[in-house]
Amino acid sequence: MSGVHVTTTVNGDAVEFVCPPNEPLLDVLRNRLGLTGAKEGCGTGDCGACSVTVDDRLVCSCLVLGAEVEGRSVSTVEGMADGADLHPLQSKFIEHAALQCGICTPGFLVAAKALLDRNDDPSETEIRYALAGNLCRCTGYDKIVRAVDDAAKDIRKAKAKAATKTAKAKAKKAAAK
Amino acid sequence: MRYEAPTTTKEAANLLAKAKGKAFVLAGGTDLLVRMKAGMLEPDLVVDIKRIPATRKVTKTASGFTIGASVSGAELGENKAVKKAWPGVVEATELIGSDQVQGRCTMVGNLCNASPAADSVPAMIAAGAKAAIVGPKGKRSVAVEKIVTGPGKTSLKKGEMIESISLPKGGAKIGDAYLRFIPRTEMDIAVCSAAVCLELGAKNVIKKATVVLGAVAPTAVTVPAAAKAIIGTKLDDDALDALAAACEAACNPIDDKRGTIEFRTEVAAVLARRAAKIAFERAGGK
Ligand SMILES: Cc1cc2nc3c(=O)[nH]c(=O)nc-3n(C[C@H](O)[C@H](O)[C@H](O)COP(=O)(O)OP(=O)(O)OC[C@H]3O[C@@H](n4cnc5c(N)ncnc54)[C@H](O)[C@@H]3O)c2cc1C
Ligand code: FES
Ligand code: FES
Repeated sequence: MSGVHVTTTVNGDAVEFVCPPNEPLLDVLRNRLGLTGAKEGCGTGDCGACSVTVDDRLVCSCLVLGAEVEGRSVSTVEGMADGADLHPLQSKFIEHAALQCGICTPGFLVAAKALLDRNDDPSETEIRYALAGNLCRCTGYDKIVRAVDDAAKDIRKAKAKAATKTAKAKAKKAAAK
Repeated sequence: MRYEAPTTTKEAANLLAKAKGKAFVLAGGTDLLVRMKAGMLEPDLVVDIKRIPATRKVTKTASGFTIGASVSGAELGENKAVKKAWPGVVEATELIGSDQVQGRCTMVGNLCNASPAADSVPAMIAAGAKAAIVGPKGKRSVAVEKIVTGPGKTSLKKGEMIESISLPKGGAKIGDAYLRFIPRTEMDIAVCSAAVCLELGAKNVIKKATVVLGAVAPTAVTVPAAAKAIIGTKLDDDALDALAAACEAACNPIDDKRGTIEFRTEVAAVLARRAAKIAFERAGGK
């Protein structure tokens, strides 16, 4: 089996690798690129522990071939924090103790981020549906759902603050004219 | 295994036709990669069709809509025009798996995987969907109900692939709906299901109807007797009773831990009844 040479972007960085044509993206991330955040829980699309986004679409990396991501943009849990600043979801998972063993956590974070990126004010039902593809076998789901709900509040607040700031700056500029 | 990602349908069909050994189309991979992983199949060639522009888009045509074979469930769900014309088809496709699976799964993959419980298939058949097949001998268009011939089996010949699915235009007097029964609320395979598409004529009397059941036979089954039972009516209780009886008579399900024969038969008829009511309302009936 000859390898496939792939050039792609992972968490904003240009990346190159060679992998067997039938190797899942999950194995590429973990074993070739040293990104062990995404986990293998089942390998068959049922548990969501391997969740990543490809071109901003949430997917199970166990059900994507490494060869498929040529020229695409992959984001993993490793790209969520901004340097030392955790993403609001990460902070809220800690605050609400929304993890125990933590094996499911990277998948939940990536899936929850995909939800909040398109809807920053989801209902509890919407949160539960959006996370239906992620299984947790120790924490239970309530704390996770509450953490996502709370993170959404933070994100909305931050957006509102940024909006008033730009509005004020605009008004100031207009007044100066 | 060899991996190819051609950029035209013709090239893809050529690769498939010339392949020595087992060749498979890769759309979303949510069935194919699971089966490869389980060791159920070992392809010699996998042809990824997602780089083919013709498979990537949804287009509005004079006769309706053309949905490319690699348009994912999530992408289809975001298309307002298709959702408005064919809410049943879109809802059925959106029922497939989790958000993660939605990011990848396709209607055509659902069809070609040929599971008796495939969610989008009864809805596509009810809506009168057609598959555009490309092969070594050129193109042909085939009704979706002619594609699946049995569990895991399709009528596609060597070298053939489906480029797109076309749906009719729909209209204010046409409504469709799909319902399935699963023991959970999400992430499960249909124990039984029903799709109904109908068109109303003058005074909201049903003029045309198609009733299709899923997971109660080796393939999705169209039930002409159930359609006949409601045509010419305004979906009164007698018509619904007759529709349910026709559906029960058409069921030939398996008996397993997820549902007994009696259960699947009874529930399929209940779902058909409810789907008919939704479709009727969507067509503007009261
Ligand atoms: C966790 C999970 C949950 C699921 N839940 C559901 C569910 O609720 N309901 C349901 O119905 N299914 C479900 N499925 C099954 C699967 O997701 C669907 O059948 C899906 O629609 C398959 O589409 P795909 O594009 O991923 O197919 P692929 O895996 O890419 O292909 C499936 C088969 O079709 C062939 N094929 C694909 N495209 C073409 C083409 N254009 N021309 C010719 N042949 C083609 C492939 O060679 C392969 O044999 C689930 C799967 C997983 C992993
Ligand atoms: S490891 Fe991918 S879904 Fe479980
Ligand atoms: S924290 Fe252990 S599986 Fe979720």
